[in-house]
Amino acid sequence: MLSQQYCLEARECKPALFWTLMGAGGLVLLGTLYAFFTLEHHGHVLTGMDNQIVWGLPHVFAVFLIVAASGVLNVASIGSVFGKRLYKARAPLSGLLAIAMLAGGLAVLVLDLGRPERLIVAMTHYNFKSIFALNMIFYTGFFAIVGLYLITLMDRSLNPWSKPMGMLAFLWRIALTTATGSIFGFIVARAGFNSALYAPLFVIYSFAYGLAVFIVVQSVMYKWNEIQVDPRILARLKNLLAIFVAASLYFTAVLHLTNLYYAKQWEFERFILLEGGIYPLLFWGGQVFLGGILPLILIFSPISRHPATVFLAALLVVLGGHFQMYVTIIGGQAFPLDLFPGYAESSTFYDGVVHPYTPTIWELLLGLGGIAIAFLITTAAVRVLRFMPQDDLKELELELKPH
Amino acid sequence: MSDLQQKPVNEERRTLLKAGAVATGTALAPGVLLFGAAQARAPEEPASDKVRWGMIIDVNKCADGCNDCVTACNEENGLSGATGPQDSQWIRKLNIRHLKTGVETSLPMLCVHCEHPPCVDVCPTGASMKRADGIVLVDRHICIGCRYCMMACPYKARSFVHEPLTDQNPEVPRGKGCVESCTFCVQKVDRGENTTACVEACNAAGHKAMIFGDMNDPTSEIAQILKTQKTTEIRADLGLNTGVRYQGI
Ligand code: SF4
Ligand code: SF4
Repeated sequence: MLSQQYCLEARECKPALFWTLMGAGGLVLLGTLYAFFTLEHHGHVLTGMDNQIVWGLPHVFAVFLIVAASGVLNVASIGSVFGKRLYKARAPLSGLLAIAMLAGGLAVLVLDLGRPERLIVAMTHYNFKSIFALNMIFYTGFFAIVGLYLITLMDRSLNPWSKPMGMLAFLWRIALTTATGSIFGFIVARAGFNSALYAPLFVIYSFAYGLAVFIVVQSVMYKWNEIQVDPRILARLKNLLAIFVAASLYFTAVLHLTNLYYAKQWEFERFILLEGGIYPLLFWGGQVFLGGILPLILIFSPISRHPATVFLAALLVVLGGHFQMYVTIIGGQAFPLDLFPGYAESSTFYDGVVHPYTPTIWELLLGLGGIAIAFLITTAAVRVLRFMPQDDLKELELELKPH
Repeated sequence: MSDLQQKPVNEERRTLLKAGAVATGTALAPGVLLFGAAQARAPEEPASDKVRWGMIIDVNKCADGCNDCVTACNEENGLSGATGPQDSQWIRKLNIRHLKTGVETSLPMLCVHCEHPPCVDVCPTGASMKRADGIVLVDRHICIGCRYCMMACPYKARSFVHEPLTDQNPEVPRGKGCVESCTFCVQKVDRGENTTACVEACNAAGHKAMIFGDMNDPTSEIAQILKTQKTTEIRADLGLNTGVRYQGI
């Protein structure tokens, strides 16, 4: 059995540490609110976004959080749907992280709106043809379903319901990520976005990002509570992460190869993979190497038995995920629209030129606010309820035996 | 009274008018209504789906270096005319050079008022909308400023208002945090002038490169040209059936 050093009761916890964490998260959030009100007053003129790059750094953070939110729920799904104890013990934390990150990501999207005070309008006027509006419905449903699922997990009398609820949550999250990916896939006019592959691609990415976030959070929680994680559990999680990361790399390659050989988007591919300045750099250096290859090397290296190595690998996947979003979202807009194929274009409205983008502190503050919100929700919830993954090692013994 | 409060009243009135129009329609022979209503609509009458406003631009007549249509649009709609990356431009002069032949052409580019507008499809709130007469507009009171329509528009026709605005034309409400684009001078159309500021300016300069009119009215100049001459849609491959067409490309 694990030693019972972690705190189940608030009073047993380290209050100083808890309040320091809450304070730090609160401070970041305060910065976000300051940025929000400043932009609300002066307009987006203060940001690096313009009529060419209409979605900027806030969207990078927001979409990462939303995609990772659905992915982190996988841990719970594997536990409930496939009955794996190792994952079942982690289901509550997984559900909590899913809700927290989705809340953070959506908050950033709202804070970045040109007219955020019209949120109520957005909630009462639906254009059902819009994939964006559809996403809103998926997100709302996600909160409700995952919330109920958490209750069935944490209330023993409702436990039998956790399997069907887990199943529902699993299906819902696949649909949700498909819809999120489709936001980009539906943009028919832009060379970088118009691909049906975006939906499945985002599902694969979400698996990797979600599990990576889960491993990072779990590592930190164990560390603070001075718990040694069983090396076999760690091995399971890191192997799963390796599969997801490898699959992400594979699908990324498929996307670009399809663009090159079938969709004939040579110009765009040359831009994003070779000549587009910052974007190829972030793609190869950030998304592929730091977020893909290096974590794989770490996971399969001899030092990977050490929890710190797995933690680092997961952290790199999270970082790489942000690079990927930057390349996908901003790189896709930086490449100019081609109104007249076969012609060179120029105008006062920046037709035919690569659009530069330099984010400002305001965008960064908005984006970080999403992480702060997710962090605060998680920290507070972990403090008051039993979200800490607890393994019953005797039972796990059976499952972890080499087959 | 704020615009927001005014809206329901307007809508109610519109519905009433619509009912009236239908009643009149039944009284008249359908053909008469079809062609008669197009040009002679009273300002208070709702936009009719019998009409489809459109524009033809003959790039051979469009003068290189002439910017009159842009200036006129800015004046009519209260745009500053600044051309920074964050400034609104509803119409712009686009210079294109054929990559093989090197032939250069200059033409005005604006919202082409798609029949199947991607901006309307993606807008989560329905703020982007197409009127019955084919004019694509943004409802300033519903737009939340998410900019998805700007991502979706294949023609880069839209602008986001990045700063608080002053000195606006009361007929053309614009506002910080909303997206906007060419309205086909809907205020002029609804007054029954049935032309746009850019077309007037082009005519005044003697170029006569732009023609505006009802594409559904067989007697209109635009319908005649559509019927007898070759016109080109930009990015016709997208199948959006644009309301603005070009000649001479
Ligand atoms: S040109 Fe762009 S803004 Fe205009 S109707 Fe088409 S998609 Fe909408
Ligand atoms: S910016 Fe306004 S008009 Fe454009 S999609 Fe969003 S809500 Fe609709």
